[in-house]
Amino acid sequence: MDLSFTPAEEEFRDEARTWLAENVPAEPLASMDTPDGFEEHREWEHHLFDAGWAVVSWPERYGGREASLVEWLVFEEEYWASGAPGRVSSNGVSLLAPTVFDFGTPEQQDRFLRPMARGDEVWAQGWSEPDAGSDLAGIKTKAQRDGEHFVIEGQKTWCSRGAFADWFFCLVRTDPDSERHAGLSYLLVPADTEGLEARAIGRLDGEPGFAELFFDGARVHERYLLGGEGEGWAVAMATTGSERGLNLRAPGRFMAAADRLVGLYQELADSRGSDLDRRDQVVSAWMGSQAYRWQTYATEARLRGGAPIGSEASFMKVLWSELDVELHATALRLLGRDGERADSSWMDGYVFALSGPIYAGTNEIQRNIISERVLGLPRR
Amino acid sequence: MDFSFSDDQIMFQEAVRDLLANECPPEVVRSAWENDTGRTDGLWGALAEMGVVGMTAPESAGGLGMDETDLVLLLEEAGRAALPEPLLEHTAVGIPTLAEAGGSIAEAWLEQAVAGEATLGAGADGGYAVGAATSDLVLLIGDQIRAVPVAGASLVEHQSVDWSRRLFEVGGEEVVLDADPGLAFDRAAGAAAAQCVGVAQHLLDATVEYVAQRYQFGKPVGSYQAVKHHLANAALKIEFARPTARHAAWCIAAGNPDRSRDVSLAKALASEAVDLAARTALQCHGAIGYTFEYDLHLWMKRGWALSAAWGDAAWHRNRIAAALGI
Repeated sequence: MDLSFTPAEEEFRDEARTWLAENVPAEPLASMDTPDGFEEHREWEHHLFDAGWAVVSWPERYGGREASLVEWLVFEEEYWASGAPGRVSSNGVSLLAPTVFDFGTPEQQDRFLRPMARGDEVWAQGWSEPDAGSDLAGIKTKAQRDGEHFVIEGQKTWCSRGAFADWFFCLVRTDPDSERHAGLSYLLVPADTEGLEARAIGRLDGEPGFAELFFDGARVHERYLLGGEGEGWAVAMATTGSERGLNLRAPGRFMAAADRLVGLYQELADSRGSDLDRRDQVVSAWMGSQAYRWQTYATEARLRGGAPIGSEASFMKVLWSELDVELHATALRLLGRDGERADSSWMDGYVFALSGPIYAGTNEIQRNIISERVLGLPRR
Repeated sequence: MDFSFSDDQIMFQEAVRDLLANECPPEVVRSAWENDTGRTDGLWGALAEMGVVGMTAPESAGGLGMDETDLVLLLEEAGRAALPEPLLEHTAVGIPTLAEAGGSIAEAWLEQAVAGEATLGAGADGGYAVGAATSDLVLLIGDQIRAVPVAGASLVEHQSVDWSRRLFEVGGEEVVLDADPGLAFDRAAGAAAAQCVGVAQHLLDATVEYVAQRYQFGKPVGSYQAVKHHLANAALKIEFARPTARHAAWCIAAGNPDRSRDVSLAKALASEAVDLAARTALQCHGAIGYTFEYDLHLWMKRGWALSAAWGDAAWHRNRIAAALGI
């Protein structure tokens, strides 16, 4: 055990910090959940990619620098500490890409990974349906085989940035007679497919960050099938491991927010005096971010030793999503009467954080997974 | 950055776990509750034989030259077994502090302590030293470290909710040690954190086992979502406390400048974890857990005691606030 960073890791950190300090836009970009903001964020992804920072842990041929998992965690710490923009490509890079690496053919990897990493093709997830949210295996959208094509009929919903995305990764039912987990397939669908319409839905913050997808005879070639036909459930579960665990929401994001919260307390205490109750809430949020950090480095060691991430990812999902709510709620309490002001980044952050315990499998589902698959309690 | 333990460290942990599984079952813990000393017959000797008792001393003093990163897994095991022996006071605090102090006091006590022939006690100055009556030299840790030989000391005993923890106010002739009291305190708090994690893990494991075999309404009570989510919450607290306790051990061993802050992180989270685990374990057991005959309370009460010892969660949270400059 050595919990200090190696000279190489420190050098990597310095390099990332220096580049970010010189390149992070001085003014925040417009919200990525608006058409203009989406394109601004896409530009930022191009800039990151061209400098080799978009996907540090990926192979060089896809634009990465083959960084270790520790280095990636270090990069995330520096990225969020620098105040850099949110990652519009993250659903592709963090959720879909690990699945493409594991299940994709070499042709699919060559076709999709680089444009995904550069933000040339931004991906959105098409899983939930009006009648299938937490109960994902209840999806009904059908994709009927017709020669080399699949013909899709049905509806998806709650697709983040689905109104602006270039591609969708969808879970569909390719065996019309199947039920539940069987007969599903994982299909990659271009947004400009004829017979596919994406309609924006206003989210809690009023921005068109959600979309519904309507499939009416949309034809998708079989080369866009990820994993085997009928094996979609297993492929999808690989994605959830990434979604819940450290890929999508690394500790650096919350460490940076906790540090900003400490700063906010300091700033307000200077003018209004100290408040031990609120101070303790700040400490609590800071502790949560540190606990996530050390648990993640411990997990990294387990993964390096060959252990799978498995159901333990549910621990992380619950921790970071509830921490994020706590962090932002604490900030709003610190701000007092100014907390309601809509021009505060803390209110934006709070509204976004509230989605965390819902998306990627609600935290009630995560607690079921922890109790049944980690603790081994009886399912019924 | 490497958070993995070595094969040797894991083997040492497994050896201690096996020993305690065989030699420290609940009957043995109960015997320590009832007897005159609060300790067991022979377990300390067995741990000395394995090298555990003196492991933190340099090899030149007969120890194994090991540090907190080697000890932390064993402290977790001690918590898991509710071991009523002074692994914290003697091995985690006493020996490294005496070795640091050196001089005549170390000459007089260290080798005996390493061999398990003399027992070191420790307590917060102005607080209680657990097991002082069965110790030979007690270190009182405050603004400085005062070492008091027990022969000739005045001891005032108080009963703990955990009957194996015999609490003493210690007074008497003292020697002030040339050792860092902040470091000694952090060693104690860090060790208590690791033990809290072990106690909490046992409380969780025992409860998972119980609710899987206790039937009501024709189903295991562990199949009800209300019970599952209680246990998932306890598991979450433990999952995120454990790495901070291990990280704190590394901070102590490596002399990390953020040591005190990060020991406080560990102790605050571990205290909260064991508090929740104890509360959850009792609730999920129902009335059987509320009896004296059933073993659960041995761990619950150890958890309550350790949660408060060497700074409770609130105390450590305040220390973190100070370290963050707020």
